[in-house]
Amino acid sequence: MKMNRRSFIVGSAAVTGGLALGMRLPPFGPAVVRAADGSPEINAWVVIRPDDTVVIRMARSEMGQGTITGLAQLVAEELECNWSKIVYEYPTPGESVKRKRPWGDYSTGGSRGIRTSHEYVRKGGATARVMLVQAAANQWGVPASECTVANSVITHKASKRSTTYGKVAEAAARLDAPKDVKLKDPKQWKVIGKPVKRLDTRDKVIGKQVYGFDLKLPGMLNAAIKESPVFGGKVKSFEAGRVASMPGVKKVVQVGDSGVAVVADTWWHAQTALQQLPIVWDEGPNAKVSQATIMAQLQEGLNAEQAFVGNRNGDVKAGLAAAVKKVEAVYFYPWQDHACMEPMNATARFTADKCEVWVPTQDGEASFAAVLAASGLPADKCEVYKINLGGGFGRRGAFQDYVTQAVHIAKEMPGTPIKLLWSREEDMTQGRYHPIMQCKLVGGFDAQNNLTGLHMRLSGQSILKEVRPAIVEQQKGRDPLSFQGVFDSGEHSFGYTIPNLLIDHAMRQNHVPPGFWRGVNINQNAVFIECFMDELAEAAGKDPVEFRRQFMKDHPRNLGVLNAVAQRIGWDKPAPKGRYRGIAQMKAFNSFVAAAAEISVTGGNRVKVHRIVAATDCGYAVNPAQIERQVSGSFVYGLSALFMQEHTVKDGAIVEKNFDTYQSMRIAQMPRVETIILQSGGEPWGGIGEPTICVAAPAVLNALYKATGKRLRSVPLKNHGFVMV
Amino acid sequence: MIRLTINGKTHNVDVDPNTPLLWAIREQVGLTGTKYGCGVAQCGACTVHVDGTPLRSCSVPVGAVAGRKITTIEGLAQGGKLHKVQQAWIDHEVPQCGYCQCGMIMSAAALLATKPKPTDADIDQAITNICRCGTFQEVRKAIHAAASKA
Repeated sequence: MKMNRRSFIVGSAAVTGGLALGMRLPPFGPAVVRAADGSPEINAWVVIRPDDTVVIRMARSEMGQGTITGLAQLVAEELECNWSKIVYEYPTPGESVKRKRPWGDYSTGGSRGIRTSHEYVRKGGATARVMLVQAAANQWGVPASECTVANSVITHKASKRSTTYGKVAEAAARLDAPKDVKLKDPKQWKVIGKPVKRLDTRDKVIGKQVYGFDLKLPGMLNAAIKESPVFGGKVKSFEAGRVASMPGVKKVVQVGDSGVAVVADTWWHAQTALQQLPIVWDEGPNAKVSQATIMAQLQEGLNAEQAFVGNRNGDVKAGLAAAVKKVEAVYFYPWQDHACMEPMNATARFTADKCEVWVPTQDGEASFAAVLAASGLPADKCEVYKINLGGGFGRRGAFQDYVTQAVHIAKEMPGTPIKLLWSREEDMTQGRYHPIMQCKLVGGFDAQNNLTGLHMRLSGQSILKEVRPAIVEQQKGRDPLSFQGVFDSGEHSFGYTIPNLLIDHAMRQNHVPPGFWRGVNINQNAVFIECFMDELAEAAGKDPVEFRRQFMKDHPRNLGVLNAVAQRIGWDKPAPKGRYRGIAQMKAFNSFVAAAAEISVTGGNRVKVHRIVAATDCGYAVNPAQIERQVSGSFVYGLSALFMQEHTVKDGAIVEKNFDTYQSMRIAQMPRVETIILQSGGEPWGGIGEPTICVAAPAVLNALYKATGKRLRSVPLKNHGFVMV
Repeated sequence: MIRLTINGKTHNVDVDPNTPLLWAIREQVGLTGTKYGCGVAQCGACTVHVDGTPLRSCSVPVGAVAGRKITTIEGLAQGGKLHKVQQAWIDHEVPQCGYCQCGMIMSAAALLATKPKPTDADIDQAITNICRCGTFQEVRKAIHAAASKA
């Protein structure tokens, strides 16, 4: 299966209906929209070639998470097409603008790819099927209701006639689309829910897959860039003359007011010259910021008067005042970079009447908006071509800084395509980091060990305040996303009903830009609440699972995943000798997730995670094999974060610049992950890419307490001397 | 001029001998299956074989490998037939984003060349590549599956 990245041409005049052999064409049907190769578009989602190849068009980006295959399954289910003849392509954002967004939202984040587009893409498939069948029926002069369809073959049994989609596509494309199509009952699904093979594997194992980093264009030059290491700093001066005669160097340009780039024949030449280029920065006041000043600011927020409320039940003050016993703890979660394997990059070509950008992006429309803004050209003179992503994890969606940079550099050399690649060091020090957060939790018990109240106070960065200030303004200063997993309602709602509850957030911003890091705010919130639930259970003298269950009567799906992992790991029986268990659960992105971990500790600090049982209730599982891969992979992302990853600030700049100081798990450290998929069905559907990550850390932390007797309340564990083996 | 033998073909590249082999392969020879991930021999996305030994090409000066036999991911398949590691990768659907996978495959192929039936411990020791999508569970399965093939 190959991706067809060509953009396509709109308009019926380009190609005549030469394939319409013997068809009865309705005289005044709508004009046919055609793909670049002339094949007719049945609708925005489906193009059918004469050889029966089905081209499925998707706005969402494939970055490894499998969304393209899943979305193709949804279309194919209703289209009744031959799965082995499916290819996919990305419609360009420019096309989307021209055609008033027929493919919907391009944004591929928030685990939304499938869960928020399943209905319209299935309708796209169903509509196309109805039109194809109608075209065959018209040709045969029989009622469409007498025709059956399977595997791209339409059959009229009574007259023993059959034809294929490729043969009737031209006629179908001329028909009016039916207004209302009925979607299948999930019980009838044949493709959805099956572990079909991904559409995009082969090129990845032979070195043929072209990522943004690999793009080649005629006459292309390469650029390397350095932004002010201190966020908010500016370029004061640089001595271009010092590197002008170095091998391959073509130009040294200032990019905006905070970056300098070297353009050369190869990236290695550009990067080598950049490293030797003397740059003087005006670092500004942020150069005075240290890790200690930020930690002090967060600590102050833990007890501050003013805070935004995310969840409230009863009267927490009274509940805690009535307690005969209190438990209190302070937790910490650091900045972390996404560290996509493919560093940020974009390629731009600018002329006075056209600006084109090739970019691995999670959001083609956000890239398009960045091109418009940076080029100063109108929408009809801009275009974005989406290239394969070497990971995204939230870095490549809302943030399009590399696109802006590439366009600015290309404007300095009109007509020449400029491929801008970031070094790993640039990637790690110019991140949009997981927000830094402290959390103080206080719980109270009465004499019978009943919980009388719980206060969870978050203190730290809001992402939305920086990235989506309009939402924060609308919420009167509150960032609702700060409460992911513990919020009072919605797709990230709290999984416990606790008497006298208050969860609030003292917003403490700083100069380090926060971003959406796979899972976003559920990561720290799950550590805070799920480790503290274990602390409360211990104080109450109860088993952690039993303790949680008393607050989960109104949360059956949270309970469902919790019970599933408890049962599979054998929670009711003792762990094998020398092994210790921990558990955690959460709801996020409308999915319910739980994990149970089994670990051992040797030499006092060497932690082996042997086994993880993970349960996900995502409503409907479109491709269970792909879900298993995303779930097991989530523990690499989540446990790397728990054990190894932290960015710190010194003199206003990020200290950890590469994988030597910002480590990531290797295969030797990989636990065995057993995935349980629960399908409660119904609406809304849940996401897959992100939710599971958040239960990795608390499940292991809770097991680590059992093993060591130590409550480790700050991430990463390397700071406590623990290593993952 | 430095003479490189890559995937059985000779290339004369005109670069500073200190240029990392990775960038000579990508930008002079034009083979982009070998990836840049860190530049400091941590992640292994740039793994190639030099005389059969897996090396991190980002940290090997091109001048040091002149005349040696270099194999990249593009040269792993022989006579139009995928290497058994590549086939196992497809059968087990190992790649997610796929960016690190060429390096991972080159590491696995080198392991099987020296240890045809590796144990889990052998795999742990030989495969030290970083994968941020977290494909390790499938990587292990696929290596064992490839080892079981003749």
